[in-house]
Amino acid sequence: MDTLPPASLALEDGWMVAGRQFRSRLIVGTGKYKDFRETAAALEASGAEIVTVAVRRVNLADPKAPMLQDHVDPKRYTYLPNTAGCHTAEDAVRTLRLARDAGGWTLVKLEVLGPPPTLYPDMPGTFEAARALIADGFEVMVYCNDDPVAAKRLEEMGCAAIMPLGAPIGSGLGVQNPAMIHMLIQQAKVPLIVDAGVGTASDAAIAMELGCTAVLVNSAIAKAQNPIGMARAIKAAVEAGRLAHLSGRIPRLLGADPSSPLTGLIR
Amino acid sequence: MRDTLELTLNGEPQTLEPPLSVAGLLGRLGIESRKVAVERNLEIVPRSLYAETWLATGDQLEIVHFIGGG
Repeated sequence: MDTLPPASLALEDGWMVAGRQFRSRLIVGTGKYKDFRETAAALEASGAEIVTVAVRRVNLADPKAPMLQDHVDPKRYTYLPNTAGCHTAEDAVRTLRLARDAGGWTLVKLEVLGPPPTLYPDMPGTFEAARALIADGFEVMVYCNDDPVAAKRLEEMGCAAIMPLGAPIGSGLGVQNPAMIHMLIQQAKVPLIVDAGVGTASDAAIAMELGCTAVLVNSAIAKAQNPIGMARAIKAAVEAGRLAHLSGRIPRLLGADPSSPLTGLIR
Repeated sequence: MRDTLELTLNGEPQTLEPPLSVAGLLGRLGIESRKVAVERNLEIVPRSLYAETWLATGDQLEIVHFIGGG
């Protein structure tokens, strides 16, 4: 090799979803923080450019209460409205139509969830909602199972990003399915984002080393003892994992391969 | 007897004084319209039509906004 690759390789390569360019590969959820100040500080520390948000009724008893938008500027961050809490396609589509009107944009995160305690993606509901949303002009980033057949079908329907879970939402169990995630990455022609299960920095690094486009994290940051410290840690882990992926890890050997030459040994 | 508007706002029954548009309702509630979306009888009311959308007794309204979520 004539030249060394730039050390900043991972920090400079961007990615695109639905025609928009982003540099940060960490998407951060805005739920579960102590207050809006902590939310804003953690987002700042994370370097995220896309943040997920939920859509809920305004509290009419206290309409002057501070709103998320007062602390997390939608001009600075790309809001990605979600359908958390939606257990049917109908509810998800209704929620995102309201989100589109509130925010004025069409990029959304679709999640149709099964019942607790797993909150596993309800794939029939997800297909139904994705079809309706795409027909209605939405750009759909879709939370889904780590099922290559389902993921391919969602991609062929026109979803803008495929977002399988690494483990159940909020579980912090890390990437439980690295082989499946790897297979999904291999076949994906749109961004592939691990959307749930990250518990700490190393989990995010593993997802990125596998070759994910990005990682979506909420609970691991918001519920950490120090959310701002954890946001920085996960930011660094995403960058480290991306750089490791681009740099090509060594193959795993079932044995030793000495690091020092075997020639020239003293006898 | 004076006319009244019987509405359901975010699931709660409310009695208000007519005439009332969506814009008027948001104003009366003290809500900034640019931060919310409004659904009336399951149909979204586009923001550009808030001032000219008049409410009628029996209307079901949902007023939503963005909150923290994952």
